[in-house]
Parts: sequence; C-alpha cells; structure tokens
Amino acid sequence: MTKFLQRWVVFAGLVVVWQLSAWLADNPYFPPPSDIVTAAWDWWVVEPENFTDNVIPSITRMLTGWAIASVIGVSLGLLLGRSDRAMEYANPLLVFLRSIPPPALVPVFLLLFKTGTATQMATIIFGVVWPVLLNSVDGARSVDVTKVDTSAVFQIPRWQWVLGVVLPAASPKIFAGLRVSLSLSLVLMVISELVNTENGIGMQLMQAQREFDNERMWAGIVLLGVLGYVLNTAFLAVERRALAWQPRSRDEQHA
Amino acid sequence: MRAFTRGIIGIAGFLVLWELLGRSPLLPADALPPPSVVAGELVRQLSSPTFYGHVVATLLALLIAIGIAIAIAVPAGLVLGSVPAVRHATRAVIEFLRPIPSVALIPLALVMLGFGPETKITLAVYAALWPILFNTIYALDELDSLQIETARVFGVGRAGVLVRVALPSALPFIFTGIRLAATTALIVMVSVEILASSQLGIGFFIMEARSGPGRMDQVLAGTVVAGVIGLLLNNGLERIQQRWVAW
Amino acid sequence: MSNMLEVADLGHTYGDYEAIGGLTFDVRAGELVCVVGPSGCGKSTLLRTISGLIKPSRGNVKLNGSHLAVVFQDYQRSLFPWLTVQGNVEFPLRSLKRAERRKRAAEALEWVGLSGAARKRPWQLSGGMQQRVAIARALAFRPALLLMDEPFASVDAQTRFELEDLLLRVRREHDTTVLVVTHDIDESVYLGDRILVLSSSPARLVANLEVPLPAERDQVTTRTADGFVALRSKVARLLNVGKPSMDVEKWAAAERESLSETVAH
Repeated sequence: MTKFLQRWVVFAGLVVVWQLSAWLADNPYFPPPSDIVTAAWDWWVVEPENFTDNVIPSITRMLTGWAIASVIGVSLGLLLGRSDRAMEYANPLLVFLRSIPPPALVPVFLLLFKTGTATQMATIIFGVVWPVLLNSVDGARSVDVTKVDTSAVFQIPRWQWVLGVVLPAASPKIFAGLRVSLSLSLVLMVISELVNTENGIGMQLMQAQREFDNERMWAGIVLLGVLGYVLNTAFLAVERRALAWQPRSRDEQHA
Repeated sequence: MRAFTRGIIGIAGFLVLWELLGRSPLLPADALPPPSVVAGELVRQLSSPTFYGHVVATLLALLIAIGIAIAIAVPAGLVLGSVPAVRHATRAVIEFLRPIPSVALIPLALVMLGFGPETKITLAVYAALWPILFNTIYALDELDSLQIETARVFGVGRAGVLVRVALPSALPFIFTGIRLAATTALIVMVSVEILASSQLGIGFFIMEARSGPGRMDQVLAGTVVAGVIGLLLNNGLERIQQRWVAW
Repeated sequence: MSNMLEVADLGHTYGDYEAIGGLTFDVRAGELVCVVGPSGCGKSTLLRTISGLIKPSRGNVKLNGSHLAVVFQDYQRSLFPWLTVQGNVEFPLRSLKRAERRKRAAEALEWVGLSGAARKRPWQLSGGMQQRVAIARALAFRPALLLMDEPFASVDAQTRFELEDLLLRVRREHDTTVLVVTHDIDESVYLGDRILVLSSSPARLVANLEVPLPAERDQVTTRTADGFVALRSKVARLLNVGKPSMDVEKWAAAERESLSETVAH
C-alpha cells in the first residue's frame, strides 16, 4: 500500500513539475496539464456527442477486433501446436505474414471491404492475431509428455483433452500473447483511423493536428495513454484470476 | 528437408488461393491483383533505382532508430534494474508513458518535427524503447545473486559488476527485447511513412501507388518487400542471437 | 485364478534399436507383480506398450477388462496444476454423472487418507501426498489393472516406506491387480507376490520368481526376514546378467538352473 501511495505521489509531483515548467517555458507545443484537462473537458464532456460518436466507436472496434483475433489465434494456434505436420506446412507462411507491417495492408483492405469500419477491423485483426497465434502454438506444444500420457491412459474424450488439458496448459502463454495483442490493438486502432475514417479517436487527433490545436492533440494523446493503462490493468486483473491455479513457487513454470 | 518441402507447399498453397481469389469475379476488379501480376510488378520495381531508394531509406532510418533506442534503453534499463530507488521513483512515469501508443504521437511529431525523416525515426525510437528497456530490467531481476557475490569476492566494484557480470548475463534477454523492438519499429516506421508522406521510404511508395494511380499491384509489391524486410530483420537478429549471445 | 493381463512374445524396436525382445508373462487377478530390471533396460517401453501408449512392433498384450490406469513416477507433471485435488481425481471420470463422480472421488481420497485435502491444489501438497493423489485418481477409475511406473522413485526414503505400505493396504482392501515397474530390488521384493527380472536391453525375461513371504508385510520385520534377504540377493545376482559383454541367453539359462535348485522348497 505504501508503494502504491509512493508511486502516485511521485506521479502527482511530476504533473506539478510539468505544469510549472510548461508555464515557464510558455511553448505552444507543450501546453500545461491544466490546459490539456480543460481542452479535454470542453471537447468530450461539454459536448458529449464528441465522445459517444468518436471515442466509443473506437473502443468498440478495437475490442471487437481484438476478441475476433483472439478466438482465431487461440483455436488455430492450439490446432497447429498439437500437430507437428500442420506446423511444418504453415510455419514459413506464418513467419512471412507476421512480418508484414499491418498498415501496409490498409490500402488493400480499403478496396476489399469498402466501408471504414470493416477496413479498420480487418487491419486490427490482421495486426494483432500473430502474438496470440504464435503464443498459443508455443503453449500447446509445451504440454509435457507425462500429461499427454496421463490423458491417453485414462482415455478421456476429445473435448476434455482440448478444453481440459491443452487449453489450460497453454493458458499462461496464451495470456502473455493476449496482453501483447491488446496493447497492439490500441496502436492499430489509431493507425487505422488516421488513414481513412469518418470517426474515431485517431481521426480527432488528425483533425486537431490540422487545426494546430495543440491542447486537443495532447488531450487525445493523454486519453490514449489512459486507455492503454486502464486496459492493461484490467487485463492483468483478469489474468491473475484466471491463472490463480499456477504454483506460486519460483521453480515451477514461467517467470 | 521434408519440413522444408512442406513449408514450400504451404506457401505455394497460399499463393494459389490468392491467385484464384484475385481472378475470381467475387472481388471488385483490381482490388486484389493475383500473385502472378504482383510478381511481375515486383521484378520491374526491383530493377528501378527509385524503388531501391525507398527501400534503403526505410532500412537506414530503421537501423538508426534501433541503434538510438538501444543506446538509450540498455543503459537506462541497467540503472533501473540495479538501483531500486530510481526504479520506484520512475515507475509511475514509465507506467504512464508506456501505454501511450507511439502512433498517437504522430500528429504531435509532425507539428514539431515536420515531414522529414526525423519524425519517423523519433517515433520508431519511442516504440522500440519499451521492449528493450523492460527486457533489460527483467533480465537484471533474474540475475543470479551468487554470480554477483562471486565477482564481489574477487574485489570487483559496483560499476564493474554491472558491466562485467550483469550486462553479459542479461544480454540474451536484452537481445530478445531488441528483436521485438525491431519488429515494432518497422510497423511504426511504415505507418509513419504511409500517413505522413515523408517523400521517401517503402511506406511512402505504397501510399503513392494507392492514392495516385491506384496501382494495387504496386501496393502489394511494396507490401511484400516490407514483409521481406521484417522477415530478414527478425531472422538476421535471431541468427546473431544464436551465434553470439547464446548462453 | 483368471489372468488379468496376458503378454505374449511382446517385442519393440525403435529403428535399429531393440528395446524389448520377446516378453511373455501373465498377471493373475488380484496379484501384485513387480518388474525389475537394470536402469535403461526398456522398462518404460514395456510400460508404454502395455498401457497402449505405443503400439508394440510384435507380440500381443491382452487385458481382461475394459481399462487400466497408470501411476507415473513424475507426480508433479502427471497431476494437473489447474485442477484441485478432487478435480484431479475426477479427471478420468468425465463420462459419469456429477454426483457419481463426486462419490467416487471422495471414496478414493479416503482410501489414500487425503479426504481433508480435496479442495487444495496438488502443488500445495508434499511430494508423497501428491503421489497419493495420483494413486487415488488411478483407483477411482476402477481399473482392471493398476500399472505403476517407478511410483516411489521421486520421494524421500521415509515417505517411500509409507507409500509402499499404503499401496499394500489399498490393494488388499480393494483386491486390485497391480503391476509395478521398478529398478529398486528391495522394493520389488517387499511389494511383490511375484517378481519378473529383466535383462538389460533388449529386455528379456531372465527369471519369474514367486515371493515366498506372507501377505502381511512390515517395513522392519519383513525386510530382515531370511526369505526377504535370500530373494533380494538372488534378484541382485540375476540383474548382473545384463552386462552387455556377456552372452545373456547362456547366462540366464545357467542362472535358471541354479535357481531351480535353490528355490525348490
């Protein structure tokens, strides 16, 4: 608890320092935090439709894209991870596809899907599926021989093998992948909205930039930072509960 | 060798699927040129000096960005990882800086730095910092205290321990961070090139092909090249890691 | 007495390497048979072929019952850390109704003296207790044959004695047929009604010895009884056969002859 307090005190202190130095420097590119907060208030609270029409759709697209990518990544990953043969066929292709920077595909998606939302979702899904997929493959492979043998000896049904053994055994790795994907989906959400869109946080940012509205630009940046922090914290809480079964001793499994 | 053959079959299957999809009437014409067309365009581009200029521009900017990120993140990580007081004090800042997506800074960087290569390098550095920094800190957490004590017994000082024990033992982990950073930096780099038309770079090539003549074959040729850059970068770093820092 | 397990001319080769070469033996219902052999003699291959984990290159394994259960040496890996102790015991019973599953798990845990630990995670228990969970899981499955792969090799000596006695008690109370694979000569004599001695690779049957000890055994008196000591040294001598430079068949034949003299009561 003291560490928690200490952290926030330091944080508050830094905001104060920022405020003071911004006043002193009086540089238009570095507005003081108070101005940023005021700008954010005027932008999203005084005119709530700015929030509901831009921020909410952004978050919805991002989480939906992430969820779809997660389902694809986990199911495909477990499948490939339990079949060396399938992995041999797929591996070089996956390695290459993963190496493609997703924004490079935005023009292709734009032509294929026509609507902005579908394009953005496609960009997010294509970009964030890899960490989940590759981690799931890794996790599914990490089921140790004794567990495989134990399951075989007891002749458990197929669904129990997949859901009761492979999935939980792979879950620490899967969660690591999901977390990377979540923060990546924030990045891709912004990218997909910067290119071509009718609404969204990214579009608002671009708009602010074109209007040289530095306070709003900063407000957008801070909003994205807070969003990233909140999502990560929430995910960690879920992960901690879901993986509570993990042995707490150091010598067992993953760090 | 059989795994290699299977891998080739996998890629070939993907290309066939793409070819069929590209030629099928289901998709709007020219939206997805088949690989045969893209390959032709790719060969044509590879013999054009302008295209090489774009590739080199991206690669060079990328290497500079990774170099700068290493130069900042590794020493910072060593300090943060070995001096708990500094780590606690900066923790809040780091926790609030990290979730800010690098691309969110694009508008700000454009306003402040303009449309030159500084913008994309700065943003790529910002994106590449975090994986290296965190891997360095984690690596120091895993440091075997017996190794430190051994060094201390032989009269090695605090700074000596950091350079001669902590750094080498953390190196494999740091390297993994660098590989992650390189991939992220490439994504950011290409994004910035696409969004902020920096006149040079593979991302700019893609953007120009799309918005100008709408040449999707060029867009895809550029995309393939970007993928190959990512692939070579990752594999190259992996090789180096296996060869030089495998312990 | 009927046979629970019949193994006929069982052989297995990995590529050029012959791990087991033509084993023939039976396990009678209610019997506890120990397979003992020098380390690396193909015991685990034998276990894997019997349990159906791998298909043998030749020969036949016939189990007179629907299924068998295995207790592995590595209890840490064989138990599932994401399941509670009870969940682990219920693991093989998913085809049963929930209430029946509960009942069987509770029963099996009681047999091994772990009723109080049902809600714990396996890794919160000591090694010996974890292996008891694995035994309970196997028993709850109601197997025709309980196969044990070096079950007590990873626990300390004290716990080992406890677990050996637990196994003897449980199998007596529930009339379980057990096949224990071990490299520990003392353990094989202490536990077994019968001992199968294997040669080193390829594993062949060197001797099939009845254990002339009363069913009731005790860590102190049994281990010092004359019958125990005599059989123990006999098995030890037989195991020396496995040296690769020697002609295994000839040796085994000679030993069998000398044995038939000494064993004859």
